[in-house]
Amino acid sequence: MDTEPGPARPSSRLAAGQVVDGFRLDAHLHQGGMANLWAVTRLGSDDPMPLIMKVPRIKGGEDPTSIVGFEVEQMILPSLSGVHVPKFIAKGDFTGQPFIVMERLSGDSLRKRFDDAPLPVDEVVRCGALIATALHDLHRQHVVHLDVKPSNIMFRKAPDGSRSDAVLVDFGLSRHDFLPDLLDEEFELPMGTGPYMSPEQVQFIRNDPRSDLFALGVLLYHLLTGERPFGAPTSVRGLRQRLYQDPLPPLAWRPDCPPWLQELVLRCLEVQPDKRHQSAAQLAFELQNPEQVVLTERAARRARSGRVQTLRRWFAALGAEPAERGNAAGQAARSPILLAAVDVANADPALLDAVRDTVQRLLHTEPGARLACLAVLKINRIGMDELLDKDGGSKHVGLLVQLKHWARPLLQDLEATRPEQAGRVTFHVLEAPDAATAIVDYARKNQVDHIVMGARSSGGLRRYLGSVSAEVVAQSDCTVTVVRSLLRPGA
Amino acid sequence: MKLALVTDLHANREAVEAVLAHARSQGVQQHVFLGDYVGYGAEPGWVVDCVQSHVADGAIAVLGNHDAAAVQGPQPSMVPDARDAAAWTHERLTPAQLDFLSKLPLTARDADRLYVHANAHAPAAWGYVTGRLDAVRSLHATDARITFCGHVHEPLLFHLSGTGKVGDFTPVPGVPIPLSPQRQWLVIPGSAGQPRDGNPAAAYATFDTVSGDLTYHRVPYDHEAASAKVLAAGLPARLAQRLIDGH
Repeated sequence: MDTEPGPARPSSRLAAGQVVDGFRLDAHLHQGGMANLWAVTRLGSDDPMPLIMKVPRIKGGEDPTSIVGFEVEQMILPSLSGVHVPKFIAKGDFTGQPFIVMERLSGDSLRKRFDDAPLPVDEVVRCGALIATALHDLHRQHVVHLDVKPSNIMFRKAPDGSRSDAVLVDFGLSRHDFLPDLLDEEFELPMGTGPYMSPEQVQFIRNDPRSDLFALGVLLYHLLTGERPFGAPTSVRGLRQRLYQDPLPPLAWRPDCPPWLQELVLRCLEVQPDKRHQSAAQLAFELQNPEQVVLTERAARRARSGRVQTLRRWFAALGAEPAERGNAAGQAARSPILLAAVDVANADPALLDAVRDTVQRLLHTEPGARLACLAVLKINRIGMDELLDKDGGSKHVGLLVQLKHWARPLLQDLEATRPEQAGRVTFHVLEAPDAATAIVDYARKNQVDHIVMGARSSGGLRRYLGSVSAEVVAQSDCTVTVVRSLLRPGA
Repeated sequence: MKLALVTDLHANREAVEAVLAHARSQGVQQHVFLGDYVGYGAEPGWVVDCVQSHVADGAIAVLGNHDAAAVQGPQPSMVPDARDAAAWTHERLTPAQLDFLSKLPLTARDADRLYVHANAHAPAAWGYVTGRLDAVRSLHATDARITFCGHVHEPLLFHLSGTGKVGDFTPVPGVPIPLSPQRQWLVIPGSAGQPRDGNPAAAYATFDTVSGDLTYHRVPYDHEAASAKVLAAGLPARLAQRLIDGH
């Protein structure tokens, strides 16, 4: 068998000042278990983007994990784009000096913050929403990360400092739906990082994006409590414990943990992927809309399950084979977020009915979907607004009441057909001077897949004001369905 | 350099025309034909001429079992449909076309790439690479980093690591796969002229020798016309139906 991975220990020869394939090594930044990182400059380039070169550590010439992991990262990273991954620049193969050159992100990984855990609840929630948003973007690009942990999460600040995005790094254990899985046959042991590995990863399933949500749950649990939910096992037997032993609820460590946050973290840590959030976007949505989280028995837990319960789960885990599930992007697509933007206060009743009918049909064809119903309360750009109506009631509450009333037939239908779905309908009233911008921003922030809204009516005033739907169609990143009511003469 | 890997053309003019036009749109600079230019389809003469003119322009072509059968006459080992088609084909090829086919090599080598119709371990015995064991046998028989072969009509990709671990993969059309240089690969582009994976669109692949990216393609073509020609030629009706079903 040919076990020659290339020149023996090539990385040990590298020194600052050396030029590799047109990149000058400036400084050695980091030596990790699998790779060395160098700050590099591309010769003859005036692109100001700082770069790093990642060079695998080849221990004694034959270390399959670092070689295959590096091969996997060389294959997957060039296929990725967007703000949530480092930009790929170049790669060199094992016949010469193996390397990957990519964008160098400033700042530290999340690893640094871990030493300070438990962290304030606000910071844990903010971190969770940023990471879930990044994971959803990755899943939509057909990749499951499979090694989500603090040292693999960096942050990227917008140039104007207005926002920060999570950036996922190290794709050495990742799997791409459309590329061969080089790790599939390679090893007899589960692959991942012990504390973060999902139950299905322990059972060698590598194509479920919900595995990343489990790892994110472990990470959030740790940030929240300063403790690891499943310890740091080093044996397969130790890893398998998470199949039947549930973690101590965060509230047992920390009385100020909001029950809704415990609900979300424990849901991430469910053994069955079907019981977790079905997409990272759905988790990000709930982290950003805590008042909409439906509390279950998870939120009320104060201790682990009793011994009988654990024994029962241990027994069930004995022969359990995880169900094979499609692929990364498919799972995300099966669990879309629908946004119904409803002008409950002004629109024609026939149009409101037509919007509801369309939403209902979409919910029937997308059993994994969740629905957010949204109304916008127009406020003036400048000056104080009269947020109380003339009878002293709050306009905000009034709109919410109308919105819920509008959605009642939808909820009844869901309760009759799929009761578990009814809790997934949420209601939001936004106060904004411009309805279209508010809807588009909301959809972007919450990774909405599909907006349903009514067309503008034909009244003179509305024509004068311009069409909200046309603007949403023009500005939005996602699919938009504009509904017209055909019942209305002249519409 | 960008290569087009085209195999199992099977006298299907409509499919070959569509594949070559698609390859042009992809910026292909060299064609590699992996055998089985004739048999099953209605236009063996046109397809042989087409391959021959590409070879005159620098393309590579290797011999397939159907090409050998067209030269030597039907072989006892063939299934009845193939035997009938081989006899029919033999009568329709000119001596010059038969001469071109008879002189094709079983294998061709270019840099770290091996081209062969069936497999690398016994190319003249026409054994199929249907699973990982066959793939490993073939990959162990050559020091080429990448083997391109046909014979099997479904698109497939096998890989063998330095530590002897083998994997297989059903490719997704249009997605470039970087073929990592530190393992061996066996590439089956799938049949251009008679696909059998349930999709009637013609299959072929492109490979970029600089970037190392392999891309499988599916090209829809007028398979109904090709199928009607098979019937009109008096060939077995089953062969016409296969083009419609892609099975």
